[in-house]
Amino acid sequence: MLKSKTFVKKTRSGGVLKIVREHYLRDDIWCGSEVCTECKDDSPVLQRDAFIQSRLCTYPHYLIPDTNVVLHQIDILEDPVMRNVVILQTVLQEVRHRSAPVYKRIKDAIHEKEKHFYTFTNEHHRETFVEREQGESANDRNDRAIRVAALWYNQHLRKAPCAGELRVVLLTNDQANKEKATEDGLLAYRCEEYIKSLIGNPELVDRLALTSNEQNEITGGRVLFPEHLPLSRIQTGIKNGTFLQGTFRANRDNYLEATVFVHGEGEDGTEVLLQGLQNLNRAVHQDIVAVELFPRERWAAPSAAVLEDDHANDEDAEEEEAEKTSMLKPTGRVVGIIKRNWRPFCGMLTQSQIKEATRHLFTPADRHIPRIRIETRQASALVGHRIIVAIDGWPRNSRYPNGHFVRNLGGAGDKETETEVLLLEHDVPHQPFSKAVLSFLPRMPWAITEEDLKVRADLRHLCVCSVDPPGCTDIDDALHCRELDNGNLEVGVHIADVSHFIRPGNALDQEAANRGTTVYLCGKRIDMVPELLSSDLCSLRSNVDRLAFSCVWEMNRNAEIIRTHFTKSVINSKASLTYAEAQMRIDDATMNDDITNSLRGLNALAKILKGRRIEKGALTLSSPEVRFHMDSETHDPIDLQTKELKDTNSMVEEFMLLANISVAQKIYEEFSECALLRKHPAPPLSNYDILVKAAKSRDLEIHTDSAKALADSLNAAVLGGFPYFNTLLRILATRCMMQAIYFCSGMDSDFRHYGLASPIYTHFTSPIRRYSDIIVHRLLAVAINADGTYPDLMDKHKQSTLCNNLNYRHKMAQYAQRASVAFHTQLFFKNKGILNEEGFILFVRKNAIIILIAKFGLEGTVFFKNKGKPGPKLSFDSEIAGVSVAWPEPAAKKPKLDR
Amino acid sequence: MAGLELLSDQGYRLDGRKASELRKVQARMGVFGQADGSAYMEQGNTKALAVVYGPHEVRGSRSKSLHDRAVINCQYSMATFSTAERKRRPHGDRKSSEMSLHLKQTFEAAVLTQLYPRSQIDIYVKILQSDGGNYSACVNAATLALVDAGIPMRDYVCACTAGFAEGTALADLCHAEETGGGTALSLALLPRSQSIALVQMDARLHQDHLDTLMEAAMEACKGLSKVLDSVVRQHLQEVSVLSRD
Repeated sequence: MLKSKTFVKKTRSGGVLKIVREHYLRDDIWCGSEVCTECKDDSPVLQRDAFIQSRLCTYPHYLIPDTNVVLHQIDILEDPVMRNVVILQTVLQEVRHRSAPVYKRIKDAIHEKEKHFYTFTNEHHRETFVEREQGESANDRNDRAIRVAALWYNQHLRKAPCAGELRVVLLTNDQANKEKATEDGLLAYRCEEYIKSLIGNPELVDRLALTSNEQNEITGGRVLFPEHLPLSRIQTGIKNGTFLQGTFRANRDNYLEATVFVHGEGEDGTEVLLQGLQNLNRAVHQDIVAVELFPRERWAAPSAAVLEDDHANDEDAEEEEAEKTSMLKPTGRVVGIIKRNWRPFCGMLTQSQIKEATRHLFTPADRHIPRIRIETRQASALVGHRIIVAIDGWPRNSRYPNGHFVRNLGGAGDKETETEVLLLEHDVPHQPFSKAVLSFLPRMPWAITEEDLKVRADLRHLCVCSVDPPGCTDIDDALHCRELDNGNLEVGVHIADVSHFIRPGNALDQEAANRGTTVYLCGKRIDMVPELLSSDLCSLRSNVDRLAFSCVWEMNRNAEIIRTHFTKSVINSKASLTYAEAQMRIDDATMNDDITNSLRGLNALAKILKGRRIEKGALTLSSPEVRFHMDSETHDPIDLQTKELKDTNSMVEEFMLLANISVAQKIYEEFSECALLRKHPAPPLSNYDILVKAAKSRDLEIHTDSAKALADSLNAAVLGGFPYFNTLLRILATRCMMQAIYFCSGMDSDFRHYGLASPIYTHFTSPIRRYSDIIVHRLLAVAINADGTYPDLMDKHKQSTLCNNLNYRHKMAQYAQRASVAFHTQLFFKNKGILNEEGFILFVRKNAIIILIAKFGLEGTVFFKNKGKPGPKLSFDSEIAGVSVAWPEPAAKKPKLDR
Repeated sequence: MAGLELLSDQGYRLDGRKASELRKVQARMGVFGQADGSAYMEQGNTKALAVVYGPHEVRGSRSKSLHDRAVINCQYSMATFSTAERKRRPHGDRKSSEMSLHLKQTFEAAVLTQLYPRSQIDIYVKILQSDGGNYSACVNAATLALVDAGIPMRDYVCACTAGFAEGTALADLCHAEETGGGTALSLALLPRSQSIALVQMDARLHQDHLDTLMEAAMEACKGLSKVLDSVVRQHLQEVSVLSRD
């Protein structure tokens, strides 16, 4: 049973501790090749005829990349051409240590059957384990371990009877390592060398990441940036307080400015301002960096100008001088990068003016990201297309980071391509559902069984109806209201029982958990669950029996809850109405059927509930939302209108809020450690600055001490003859708010929902489009003994990782939605020519104003001076920044397409 | 940085074992002349020494003695040099007293105490080096020492730990695995009757996983019992050869 032959003690000293670990060496680790007869591997991974057409290796061969090759050339390794690769355990461990995203990608590649990637556990193999020698560095040992393993493979395969000319090839970019390997009699190539030798796949060359050797050739010796400190010095610096660690956030509007959000709240503010290329020192948006604070006299105020990095040769842009002392913020410079957070970026290629040049600048769609210099031979083919580029490095003597081409998405401006871009850019998983996922769908034809009826309350006799926006196919909530014999009202909220169909842990569940939310784009919906569930089996359509999770209250006429009851149920909706239809029924005095009466009862109660909620200090905010009328054939936007709110909208919303709060209380009561809740933290007072200033410009006062005070003063802030002003203030107030987030009750102590003024809140009412609701359904089902638990549901750490993913997906979905609206707005204007519209100034910057055109919900920057032309003389006073004046725009600009 | 990966995709653990494999077990009986029974036990890097005195009459206050069976007295201690950081207090702290109590309960279930009324059996165990699974090493060592002392027992008492990582149960945890997160369950088993003498688990675990974990721990205990049995037989052979001379 125990296969260990020898055991070796591994000593690792960290500080003063000496840790002794056992390390078993085995003789039952197989080489994983089809050729081998010696190893007793049941399902070998590596193929017999491992053939990649290459001029260097004309025989079948297996590739063994070393750590740096995997880290830097992962784009190449992921290509379907690359097959039969041996990933050594040594390599895998090093990769895991150095870069989590690459580790995940290489693991995905290993799991993919067609790629024939094999992981060889060389560290535990009897013949390939190497011990660190006296004076040998850890890196050298690992390099040696890789060579020893490659050598072993060579000898091992030679022993196989029908191996033929099968060889292994070591890929390394380290010159010394390559020489040593050749000395040992190994075939070793540099990665570029090998890729360039491939016949029939020239496009792979473009994807090669630039390595350090080549970087030096690119630009002259001029050093532009100070050196980054090594990690060890950064760590000591952070420990003794000379440096601060934080997340780097580039300024969208000004490429010379950024802030670093410092983790772990210090007293001297949590944000550090950085100005000037030198001080930004090659940090890229979202990197974890170490910053050094300047002494107080060098602190600066954030610049109010909008700067676009438009000129490729603009190497030295002048720096902004500090302004008033009252605006001074802690200022500093980046001394080192702790962790890069580079991902592939979407964007456009700007072709170099020189025709034959192979180096071009790439402009990412995300304005936080600097331009990237890439090398490609197919530039002319790529111009005007959306492409994906990855950053490889940013040498000290280069103005821009270096990168390489990854993928071509298609023509810019093309609707499919643009949608793809914004989905990729916002990291929205949008591939069609895999076979494994679909296999967990219920068999059709599906019907409610006797067993279902036995364990569920039969509520089919109730007069339930649903109210939704027009065209909605995923109906996840329905309502009813009826009078009880004792004069009280019974109100029910019935939610689609998605958790009945999605069982914990299976592929369908995992996929939904990963997607987190359904993403609604203009004219397109990226579903969280397959359509069969979202639009059919779960959707509470009218006149069919559907499974539901019901929350039923008994209320008196004052909308006070007397009793709350949760149950799994079967319902049969009597009508699916739109908001307008429902409103019409309520208003039409001649209609007196059950549905209408039920709606009237609900509406009356909702008004009381809303009043009470506002009394408590719930905020009514606003955002300039627009809807498009789409052409049904081409899906082009033909007209747009701002969203209208009817009474029935808030009627449905009120009951959804009530259901969510009731469920939150119930699950928290039952599972104080692992309830999934939603909170909305109160924003820091400084967030309200823009709002207060804007109001002051019209001599109005906004109180921000509490949610209640804010709500009241917003209500009071009405200007006669300027009705939109209040909406403008509410739009600004929305921007002051923090993001609402999901969290696990066992990991946090502050549960308050600021915006809704509720002490506890969760999401229960939209399980078809939000995964959080599915989890809440499961928790509630356990709480009422309708379902069993499963391990992950009760594990607060797993819950909180899930919450993080959900928060991330929600945020990204929101951004994607906005981006999609923006894109369609542009499509809309493309054919419109010049229009004259009324706009409102949201903010005033030094050289530009930010304008909102209310009719289109469109926001844009208007520069005072055009390129080359001097603008009018302006005096700028930062105190009145954010003044809102009706500003008849001389000529509405056509939005630029590529930004 | 990222935590330890307790079980790789290829199914190997940190030290190269597979999920159900035990660490290397080595044991010797009769290591001390003065005591009535003694044994030395290694489970990987965990090393334990057990010494048994008795049965003898009850020492100290008479009131402790029981009229129908023997009293079992256990003392557990750890050598000051047994852990990576030098231990200040080798015995008598809360953890040690708890461990002593657990050992006492385990052996009261296994030793045929009713054969020795009004008498006492002393079991002293010391951990010389600690690398996870201290309790199980102590139980196994003490079992061998009791056998060496010739004290009748129902069966060998075999103990082993089991943990849980990524849906798989891991047998016989080493120190890194014990501290690396997750649950650790210690189980003492009388293998022939499959009866459990003691089971202990500190962390939280979903009940769906408990069965797999118990199963894995019991399998491991059965594996250990084979090793202990062979140690005892070999010891007997050596002793009988010696006494024949």
